[in-house]
Amino acid sequence: MSADWQDQSEVFNGTANVGLKDRRSFDGTDTRSIPAFVFGEELADIANEDPRVVVLTADLARSNRANDFAAVHPERFFNLGIAEKNMITVAAGLASTGFVPFAATFASFAALIGCEQLRTDCAYPQLPVRVVGHHSGMSLGFYGTSHHSLEDIGITRSIADLTVVCVTDANHLRAVLRASMDYPGAMYLRLGRGRDPEVYSEVPEIEIGKAISLKDGADLTIIATGSTVHPSLAAARELEAQGINVRVIDMFTVSPLDEGVVLDAAATTGGILTVEEGNITNGLGSGVADVLLENLVLPTRFRKHGVPDEHVPVGPPAGLYAHYRLDTAGIVSVVKEMLNDD
Amino acid sequence: MNDTVLAGRRATMSVAELREKARFIRTETLRLTKIAGAGHYSSVFSCAELMAALYYDELRIDPTRPKHLARDRFVMGKGHAAIGLYPVLADLGYFAPSELDTFTRLGSPFGDHPDMKKIPGIDFSSGSLGHALSVGVGIALGGRLNGFDYRTWALLGDGELAEGQIWEAAMSASHYGLGKLVAVVDNNQLSIDGFTQDIMSTGPIDERFAAFGWQVHRVDGHDLNAVLKAFRSLDEADPSKPQCILADTVKGKGVARMELSTDWHVGNLVGEDYDAVMNELMEGVI
Repeated sequence: MSADWQDQSEVFNGTANVGLKDRRSFDGTDTRSIPAFVFGEELADIANEDPRVVVLTADLARSNRANDFAAVHPERFFNLGIAEKNMITVAAGLASTGFVPFAATFASFAALIGCEQLRTDCAYPQLPVRVVGHHSGMSLGFYGTSHHSLEDIGITRSIADLTVVCVTDANHLRAVLRASMDYPGAMYLRLGRGRDPEVYSEVPEIEIGKAISLKDGADLTIIATGSTVHPSLAAARELEAQGINVRVIDMFTVSPLDEGVVLDAAATTGGILTVEEGNITNGLGSGVADVLLENLVLPTRFRKHGVPDEHVPVGPPAGLYAHYRLDTAGIVSVVKEMLNDD
Repeated sequence: MNDTVLAGRRATMSVAELREKARFIRTETLRLTKIAGAGHYSSVFSCAELMAALYYDELRIDPTRPKHLARDRFVMGKGHAAIGLYPVLADLGYFAPSELDTFTRLGSPFGDHPDMKKIPGIDFSSGSLGHALSVGVGIALGGRLNGFDYRTWALLGDGELAEGQIWEAAMSASHYGLGKLVAVVDNNQLSIDGFTQDIMSTGPIDERFAAFGWQVHRVDGHDLNAVLKAFRSLDEADPSKPQCILADTVKGKGVARMELSTDWHVGNLVGEDYDAVMNELMEGVI
């Protein structure tokens, strides 16, 4: 609890990051190490080879590390100020001239303030804009509902011609950014807060739209996405020690869903638990349920686990994850409930 | 496709010929509205001269190469006036005029608002007011990065200026010194519910754009000579400032019953009324 309070104060306000540890920043000042937040430096590396990359942000270049990109490619970096709608549409205009823009801001602002721009200016014209919503879910903790994005999966999933990817960790982010360069149409990339614990020890081989099976198991399948993949995998390992074998799927692309993986999981493990850091209304779990029901592949057990349809209480992230049983212990307890619920 | 400059077409038509093109825009709007059963006559009529001057004189475009990288870009902020743009594109050769007969019918490329994915010559889809200037900022930034000399034009309505995103875009355009970005404001005085000054005052438009760092040129938007002169004067404008052509116009211009009327934002003329208005347009002089 106390450590998490410190985490929040240090990570969320960009200015607090400056001068703490071993990383370059826009002005050359060393900044605190944020191991998982490689957004800016990876894009800078990609941009060294690919002239199409441009990066935009709305006064959050420190929070999302776009400043690492700006330090290398200042001419291809645009800070639009606190004006998210303009940022997303400007990105669309740039995309229409041949660029692949990455427009990044807090997920709550990217997907809620910028929702119509995302749909009308990016998705509908099928432009290669990558709207990046970082600090998603309730990872901004006690900043409260104004800064939470528990609705963005549901919102973006229902937009046609928009690919929705939830990023798992730093190496996964590197893979997603690279894979996105030649992926057709608009994308919404949902990122965590930048200290997501490692799931992939190396940059994984990925195909957007194809889920990754992280652990096999026959008793039940957890289908997780984004920040919930790590605790789901940790829960599965803990359960394995207790003789319960849980399959874990990283469903990092939530739209379009990898239907084959979902159907196979229901057919071969019987139980399905979806886990997401978001409102369970129209989220990953709803998408999975649609696939199962429409194909009449009915699991023996099914549960959508995430945040219920409510505004969450004040608290630091770890406190909120524990409250909603989205941490490892919570997911272990949910799996046990499901398996005992006969 | 790799030329960095596209030749202009200025003065290939006389003002009298441009006047006929403006008439053509109005009469085609009448004809196409009949197919749809409803349409935005008066929003087109206010910008018919502006469109004629842009497409037949000012824009550096090549209908045989609609995606030419060096072309001037045009974004129709007031997308509901696209019914007046489609006939121009057909007339210029972007597609066969007969395709217009599908206007708004199921599966047609031509909806009430323009779609860049379906219609050659449409540089960006529009319809939701307030976006086009941001699109223009992005296109202008892209042109600068790519080393092109093209201008990016955004046609905005005075009612549209109530959208906050317009001013986000205006701010960013001057911040980035986008001298090749031109906002043409069709200041036709009305939005759907009435006069803009009664619904929501968006003026003084010239002072507001100037305060946001733009260079403003005010012109009578129905005086073709003045419009052409204003467009050409951009060559000598401050290259560090985005440019605003504030065109004072009359919503419904050219049809007496529609001029400055709040009843004709959307309408459908049938029978004798259609014939009477068509005659009025054919005989009228603007």
